[in-house]
Amino acid sequence: MSLVACRDVVKRFGTNTVLDGVSLEVAAGEIVAIIGRSGSGKSTLLRCVNGLEAIQDGSIRVGDTTINAPGADLRAVRQRVGIVFQSYNLFPHLTVEKNITLAPRVVKKISDRDARQIASDVLAKVGLSEKVNAYPDSLSGGQQQRVAIARSLAMNPDLMLFDEITSALDPELVGEVLKVLEALASQGMTMMLVTHEMGFARRCADRVVFMHQGKIWEQGSAATFFDNPKTPELTSFLSAVLH
Amino acid sequence: MNYTFRFRDVFSSWDILQDGLLLTLRLSVITILAGLVIGTLCAAAMTYGPRWLRLSVQSYVEVIRNTPLIVQLFLVFFGLPSLGVRLDAETASVLTLSVNLGAYTSEIVRAGLEAIPKTQIEAGHALGLTGPQIFRYIVLFPALKTTYPALASQFILLMLATSVVSQISAEDLFHAASIIQSRTFRDFEVYAVVAGIYLALALALRVMFSGFYHLAFGRR
Ligand SMILES: Nc1ncnc2c1ncn2[C@@H]1O[C@H](COP(=O)(O)OP(=O)(O)OP(=O)(O)O)[C@@H](O)[C@H]1O
Ligand SMILES: [Mg+2]
Repeated sequence: MSLVACRDVVKRFGTNTVLDGVSLEVAAGEIVAIIGRSGSGKSTLLRCVNGLEAIQDGSIRVGDTTINAPGADLRAVRQRVGIVFQSYNLFPHLTVEKNITLAPRVVKKISDRDARQIASDVLAKVGLSEKVNAYPDSLSGGQQQRVAIARSLAMNPDLMLFDEITSALDPELVGEVLKVLEALASQGMTMMLVTHEMGFARRCADRVVFMHQGKIWEQGSAATFFDNPKTPELTSFLSAVLH
Repeated sequence: MNYTFRFRDVFSSWDILQDGLLLTLRLSVITILAGLVIGTLCAAAMTYGPRWLRLSVQSYVEVIRNTPLIVQLFLVFFGLPSLGVRLDAETASVLTLSVNLGAYTSEIVRAGLEAIPKTQIEAGHALGLTGPQIFRYIVLFPALKTTYPALASQFILLMLATSVVSQISAEDLFHAASIIQSRTFRDFEVYAVVAGIYLALALALRVMFSGFYHLAFGRR
């Protein structure tokens, strides 16, 4: 059984239909890159998958929870689905360690000691062990984004959603964040990631999905996708981003 | 001008002033704490509450901010007994001042809550926190930090405004001044000394608040 199953998902903001019948399955351990023009609904799709946005039609299942069912336990789903945003969204008044331990302590009721151990483990994964007591505003953008990834990992999620997490970074900081993603990929984390880094998508993704006008316009394995676009929309998108 | 100052007459009644000062301090401390709690809860209700709650809290705030404090005090102390609620002067004072300060505080804290980026709240949801947990751990501290200077000024104004309670014969600092005045007829000396004490109190509060700021919010 797939870990994520979106069936004919429709999402509207007022009269603006942003997702127009999206069906997508993601298997455990799979890495799916989502690309597409601005406004095509990429972020919205991710936000629907962890229930930050409610959908108007269709269904979304994560694990064994149908998250659009009435009374679905969204908080339980969010504990198993991490999301990292373009703008990091670290809590500025908390140290790196407290940013990471907040949800384990408050949501999972893990003891202070165990939570700190978790923080030290996930910080090691993103290569920032020495920043445990730093405040976010003393970190570079790349470091803040790595802390944001660590904060999500601390909840030990089954699925990670990444929404253009390198787009706000200076070019020389992109690499350190992509390295963390690659390490996660090699450890078998299931990921859905919206990205403009085509090289990264080609290298690391199992599958690439091209969204256009709220639909999945075209998808394929990373190996063939970029070389043999079938639709004119993808062809023109690729030629725009690759040159 | 042929007037000899006699401050001695005032200072010989120091024990009266001291008792008044104690009540003024007590009123100020209790009211500031109560006002902060009321204001924070009301600000949260106005920002995140359902419509009916937002409207009720907004009405409370507007009524309080658009009527004189002394009228509110008289309504509680002289008016409520007609409805069968009889409060002693100190209780009526604490109640009125807290409700009054709560209204002003809630407007200040609300501005702080509204300044918190939506993305912070969303990050909390994404981590599985409940609304109240997000408020407590993510929103409250930065909101109080940014509004702290405005809150501190409001609290000092409140301390000065406690002098109104002498009008319902609560025995605060200003009430003490009136007693000494009626005994000595040294109006200038009495009110000058009392003004000096209020000034010293206000300055002391300012120093305390700034010390507290560094304790609570001044990391590093
Ligand atoms: N909260 C919202 N309210 C109203 N409209 C929204 C909201 N969020 C997104 N939209 C609209 O939905 C559409 C898709 O937005 P979305 O953010 O999913 O696009 P995207 O593919 O992620 O684009 P980008 O590459 O610019 O991030 C846009 O037209 C946007 O204006
Ligand atoms: Mg987006």
